Amino acid sequence: MVQESDPLPSPDTGSDKVLLEVRDFSLRFRGAPSDQINHVNFSVSPGKTLCVVGESGCGKSVTSLAMMGLLPAGAATIGSGEMIFEGQKLDLADHTAMRKLRGSRMTMIFQEPMTSLNPAFRIGDQIVEAVLAHSDASKSEAEDKALAILKRVGIPAAEKRMRDYPHQLSGGMRQRVMIAMALVNDPSLLIADEPTTALDVTIQAQILELIRDLQAETDMGTIMITHDLGVVAEIADTVAVMYAGTIVETGPAERIFNDPQHPYTIGLMSSIPQLSGPRGRLATVPGMVPTTQNMPEGCRFATRCPFAQPICAKEPPLAPLEGGHAVACHFAPLETHLEQSA
Amino acid sequence: MSDHILKARALKKHFKTGGGMLAASGTVKAVDGVSFNVRRGETFAIVGESGCGKSTLARLLMRLLTPTEGDVQFDGADVRSLAGRDLTALRRDMQFIFQDPFSSLNPRMSVGKLVGEPLETHFPKMSATERRGKVAELLAKVGLRPEHAERYPHEFSGGQRQRIGIARALASAPKLVIGDEPVSALDVSVQAQVINLLGDLRDELGLTLVIIAHDLAVIRHMSDRVAVMYLGQIVEQGDVDTVYNHPRHPYTRALLSAIPVAAHGARTPQTALEGEMPSPANPPSGCRFHTRCPYAKERCASEPPALRQTDAGDGHIAACHYFEEIAAATPDLGLADAPERAPGAAARFALYQDAMRDRTTLRPRQDQE
Repeated sequence: MVQESDPLPSPDTGSDKVLLEVRDFSLRFRGAPSDQINHVNFSVSPGKTLCVVGESGCGKSVTSLAMMGLLPAGAATIGSGEMIFEGQKLDLADHTAMRKLRGSRMTMIFQEPMTSLNPAFRIGDQIVEAVLAHSDASKSEAEDKALAILKRVGIPAAEKRMRDYPHQLSGGMRQRVMIAMALVNDPSLLIADEPTTALDVTIQAQILELIRDLQAETDMGTIMITHDLGVVAEIADTVAVMYAGTIVETGPAERIFNDPQHPYTIGLMSSIPQLSGPRGRLATVPGMVPTTQNMPEGCRFATRCPFAQPICAKEPPLAPLEGGHAVACHFAPLETHLEQSA
Repeated sequence: MSDHILKARALKKHFKTGGGMLAASGTVKAVDGVSFNVRRGETFAIVGESGCGKSTLARLLMRLLTPTEGDVQFDGADVRSLAGRDLTALRRDMQFIFQDPFSSLNPRMSVGKLVGEPLETHFPKMSATERRGKVAELLAKVGLRPEHAERYPHEFSGGQRQRIGIARALASAPKLVIGDEPVSALDVSVQAQVINLLGDLRDELGLTLVIIAHDLAVIRHMSDRVAVMYLGQIVEQGDVDTVYNHPRHPYTRALLSAIPVAAHGARTPQTALEGEMPSPANPPSGCRFHTRCPYAKERCASEPPALRQTDAGDGHIAACHYFEEIAAATPDLGLADAPERAPGAAARFALYQDAMRDRTTLRPRQDQE
């Protein structure tokens, strides 16, 4: 059951409503020696976009699957924390309640639309099914709704396309159909897991613009999961940088890009090939992401951090800076806490 | 020896489709009249979106596919006419790095066997001991350890597997290496490691690289010259700096402006491109880009434009009837320079760069606390 909980303490002035809040969330896969997700906190407001950014294996997709209650039962245990959605605590173990929420109040789109659409059913029927599963609309009302949303997401000749099978559509069109299916029940929260990664840049630009427009129309909150800092800069209001299951830095997008603090954020930004400026050698983040089998004690980035010191064997807290910005590093800001040794 | 190691002349590859009992047969013009020269020692990039024919082109260059028309010359020899021993020599001198490091390595072969196999093929006289030594040397060259030779591909991460693929490609001591999306399956931080590695190896071994990719920023960091493909044809070609700073073809302009820049507020006004790339089975008449081009006029639908010299730089060519007018009316995109950051952040980035470059050791400041 969805349980009542205390009204949320509203941060700052109280004008900011919080749509979803994840508090101190930890998760461990069965048999793993350490937590896959390590005391994660974040929140998203209506009409705003939170980008969770990180590389393969950082836990960004697992977090979103957990939020949707989509992790297979028994595969993972939740160590701590809670998720509060629209003022109510989510009971992830209550499959009936979660199924009611999924596809209506909170929905998700995935990277590869071909694997999320059923290849044996016409796309129109799949969207109609999504409507009927969550309302007592008649078949023809549902069809009208499906047609309207397909038109809205920019499917040309939508009446005709309703009768197409997924394989008859291009990658960009399939992603539009996925978005239509996700939004047909007017959700208040959209979780988008790498929605443009499989697409060409010109099509990616179209899809990002579509998501932005739809969000402005419906005041829907969005959690965008991506590895692409370019996409983050285009669409994010707030950013959470994840590394090995930990949020290492979080804050408004402007602060993250203009005043990044964590060595991982800095390394990530330095590794990106740029379209302008000098073309020299790229800085890298040496080594690779630790797995739960060999997770370092303390700061999980320490094994790859060029600034690591003995104190980094102690886990740094996510310490607040000004302007809603927070960073988990013992030495932030680096330029005042470190000096060259002779 | 000629200055050009690889030449493609009016290359075409058409595939037949359908033609069953009831279905009408069609022709997919995957590559349709592509010509270019690759200079010895340079990195030449071919960029385009899915379906533009860039991977087919790579396979034509390697003679993994036979062209419908046109020819490829490698080091003065016509690749199509090679047979027997000469073809083996081509396979030795020209090597391939694949996109997907997960499917391109045989999971049942140890790394030592994978890297040793091309040595066995191309240097049959080499003794087993010599070969083991050579494998260790190749692994060291790509940043792996000699003991990795005993392990199997599944024990490695994506970036390490790509390094194994590179070691394997280098084993036959090639003159030219073709990489089909060599870094696009990797995470950013690992991608940067592999980009740097390829650049180092090129300089160290005097290789020529042909890089096929869809990521314009990656290409800018790796290449000297670039050719932009659209629907089986080259629409623009030139030095990387010229093409990125003064793009002339409307497609190149749209492609460059569609890339999200990882800096806050750096969004350039986008030349949004409507629609999607048409099917190469049924390409538009005239200029193939006219169906999506914001500047298209009547002439574009009937008359295919030829590649012409532009005023922006030497050897910079573009295939558009109106690129002079477009360039005059709309100034260059003015790609934003490296983003302005807070003063502290600039210092932090410099610290990181230094720490990466010189391995300088930093310590906590004494006057703190």
